[in-house]
Amino acid sequence: MTKGGLLALAVVGALMGCAAGNDAPGSPTMAKIRERGRLVCAVDGAVPGFSTVGPGGAFVGIDADFCRAVAAAVLGDPSKVEFRPVTAGERFVALGSGEVDLLSISSTHTLSRDAPGGNALSFGPVFFYDGQGVMVPAASGVRSLQELAGKPICVESGTNTELNLADRMRELGVAYQPLRFQSGEQAYPAYEQGRCAAITSDSSLLAAKRSGFKQPAAHVLLPELLSKEPSAKVTIQADPAWADAVRWVTHTLVQAEESGLTKANVEARLAAARRDPSQAEARRFLGVEGDFGRQLGLPADFTVRVVKAVGNYGELFERHLGSATPLGLERGLNRLWNDGGLHIAPPFR
Amino acid sequence: MAPVPPADPAPRPATPPSPPWWRDRRIVPWVVQAVVGLLVLLLIAFLLGNLIRNLTAAGLLLSWRWLQQPAGFDISESVIPFNAQLPYWRALAAGLVNTIRAVLVGLVGATLLGTLVGMASFSHNGLLRRLARVYVEVVRNIPLLLQLVFWYFVVFLTLPNGLAAIQLPGVVLAKSGLYIAGFGEGLRWMGPSLVNEVWQAPLRLSVEFGALLTGLIVYSGAFIAEVVRGGIAAVPKGQWEAASSLGLSWFATLRRIVLPQSLRVIVPGLNTQYISLAKNSSLAVAVGYTDLYSVAETTLNQTGRAVEVILVLLAAYLTLDLLISALMNGLNHLVQIRER
Repeated sequence: MTKGGLLALAVVGALMGCAAGNDAPGSPTMAKIRERGRLVCAVDGAVPGFSTVGPGGAFVGIDADFCRAVAAAVLGDPSKVEFRPVTAGERFVALGSGEVDLLSISSTHTLSRDAPGGNALSFGPVFFYDGQGVMVPAASGVRSLQELAGKPICVESGTNTELNLADRMRELGVAYQPLRFQSGEQAYPAYEQGRCAAITSDSSLLAAKRSGFKQPAAHVLLPELLSKEPSAKVTIQADPAWADAVRWVTHTLVQAEESGLTKANVEARLAAARRDPSQAEARRFLGVEGDFGRQLGLPADFTVRVVKAVGNYGELFERHLGSATPLGLERGLNRLWNDGGLHIAPPFR
Repeated sequence: MAPVPPADPAPRPATPPSPPWWRDRRIVPWVVQAVVGLLVLLLIAFLLGNLIRNLTAAGLLLSWRWLQQPAGFDISESVIPFNAQLPYWRALAAGLVNTIRAVLVGLVGATLLGTLVGMASFSHNGLLRRLARVYVEVVRNIPLLLQLVFWYFVVFLTLPNGLAAIQLPGVVLAKSGLYIAGFGEGLRWMGPSLVNEVWQAPLRLSVEFGALLTGLIVYSGAFIAEVVRGGIAAVPKGQWEAASSLGLSWFATLRRIVLPQSLRVIVPGLNTQYISLAKNSSLAVAVGYTDLYSVAETTLNQTGRAVEVILVLLAAYLTLDLLISALMNGLNHLVQIRER
C-alpha cells in the first residue's frame, strides 16, 4: 500500500467519522475502494433472484444485495457499488487482474480454485448451498439422465457444471453431446428454442432462469442431483485482510438472522443494547463493546450498517428466492444450523 | 626568412565543409534508429519485468505442467478423437482442428461467393447488378457478431426438429444439424435415420458449425466481392472491347481475358480477407461451436493459467495467419506478369 493510499484511507475514515485508525490492517483492496469511493462488484447480471437489472435500472437479487452489504460495511453507504456484469468464463480473470474487487456470483468452492498452485482465489463462507440439476422440457417425458443418451445437452463452458456433467455421464457410461456455450445468454435461449434435450447448471440457477421463460411450467427439473455446489463469495488470495472483511460480512448476515435482528428492528435493538450493559452478546455483535470492526479494518458498527442496508440472511433469501418470489425455492440446506440447515456463523468475539 | 608559400591561385572547388555530426546524414539515421530501438527494447523489458514481477507476487510463474493433466470436459464435435480423460493439450488440439476446419471451408465458400458477386456487379442484367450492390452494402455494414447470432438463433434454431425436419432423399436438415447419407459401418450405404428422437447419419454437420460457416462466408464474401470488383475494374476497358469485337460472350470475356489479368490485383487483397476470416472464426463462441478459443477459455478457467493459455492462443492464431499469408504470397508470385 502506498503512503497516498494510507493517507486517503485516514482522511476518508476521518470524514466519515469512523475509526479507521492507525492499527487498521493493511488491505490494498480496501484502501483502493475507499480511495475511489465505491466498491466494484462482479455479478452475473442475468439470473433472476440472484442478479438482474430491475425495472428501475438498478441491479436486484441476493448477489446484488450482498455487494450492497459489503459497500455498507466498508464505505457506510450501500449505494456506493459499481456493478460489473461478467460471464462465468471471465470472472476469475476479472478478479485476478484487479478489474473487480469482489465476485458476487454463484462460484462453487473447489480445491483447484482455492489452492495457491491453482487459481489462487480466496473463498468466503458458503453463501448458498446448491446442487447441480438438469432441466428438461416436461413434454419430452425424460425423467433420468440415462434417457438423455445420445442427445444434446446445453452447458455453460468454463463452469464446474461442465466437468460434473462429463464425470457423471462417464460413470453412467452414457454417450451424450455437450453443447458448450460461452454464457447463459446463449445457452438458455438455445435450450428454450429446443436445440438441446436438456440443460444443466446449479438447480437454483435453473429455477431462476426458468422463471424468465415464456412458459415456465413447461420445463421440469430431474429429481437427481449431479453434485454438491456450495457457492461462496470470492476475492484474491493476495489480500487476506480484504478476504476476512468479506467473510465477516457474510457471517454478519447469518448471525443477524440467528439473533433475530432484521432490517426493521436493528435500530431499536441497537438502542436497547446501548442502554442495557447486560446484553453482552448483542453489544459485542453490534459494535457497542469491543473493537471487532476495527480489527477487520471496518467501522466498529459495520454489522449494524450491513443489516440496516439489506436485512439478515433469511430476509435476503425470502425477498429474492423464497416462496413468495417467482423462483419459489425451498430454503432446504440454506436454513440456519439450529433449524436443520447448514448456515452457521462463528462467534463474534 | 622562409619563403612564403605561394598562395593558391584559384581555390579548389572545395568539398563542402563537413556538417556537424548531428546534421550528418550518414550518422543521424543510425542514431535515430538506435534510440528508437533502445526505447522499444526498454518498453518490452518493462512489460516483461512487470509481468514476471506480478506473476511472482501472485505465485503464478509460468508453468506448462497443466498441459498434461486430464481436461475433464467433453467436446461433442471433434474431428480427432477426444474424451474427458485426455489431457488439456489434446483438448486444445481438438479445438484447433475444429478452428482449421471452419477456416478452410469458410475460405473456399467465401471465395466462391465473393467471386460470383464481384462478377455479378459487372453484369448486363441490372437486377443482378443491384442485388450484388445491396448484398455488399448490407452485409459489410453490420457487425459479424450480430450476423452470427442472427444466423444461429433466427435462422438455424427455428428449423423444425425430429420427424418434422426437412427431409430430402439422402439429406435431412433439422434443428440439430445437417445429416447426409454416406458409407457407414462396414461400408454400408446409410441414409439419415431417426433413432430415439435423434437424427443419425454418417455425415453430420451441427447447426452451430452451420451458423458459424454461413456467417463467415456471407460476411467475408461481401468483402471479397469488393476486392474482385476492384480487380476487374482495374483491367482496361479496351480489353473488353477487343474481346467483344472478336465475338466473345460476356462470360467468356470475363473468364478468359479479364479475370486472369485482374488476379494480380485481386490476390493481395484476398490475402487480407483470408486472414480476417481466420481471426473472425474465434467468434464461434457466440454460437456454441467448440473451436480453439472456446476450449482455451474453459482451460483457462479450470487451470487458472491465464498467461500460458493466452500465449498458446496467440501462437496458434499467429501461426495460422502466417501460413495463410505465406500461401497467398506464393500464389501472388505465380499470378504476377512475367517479363519475357
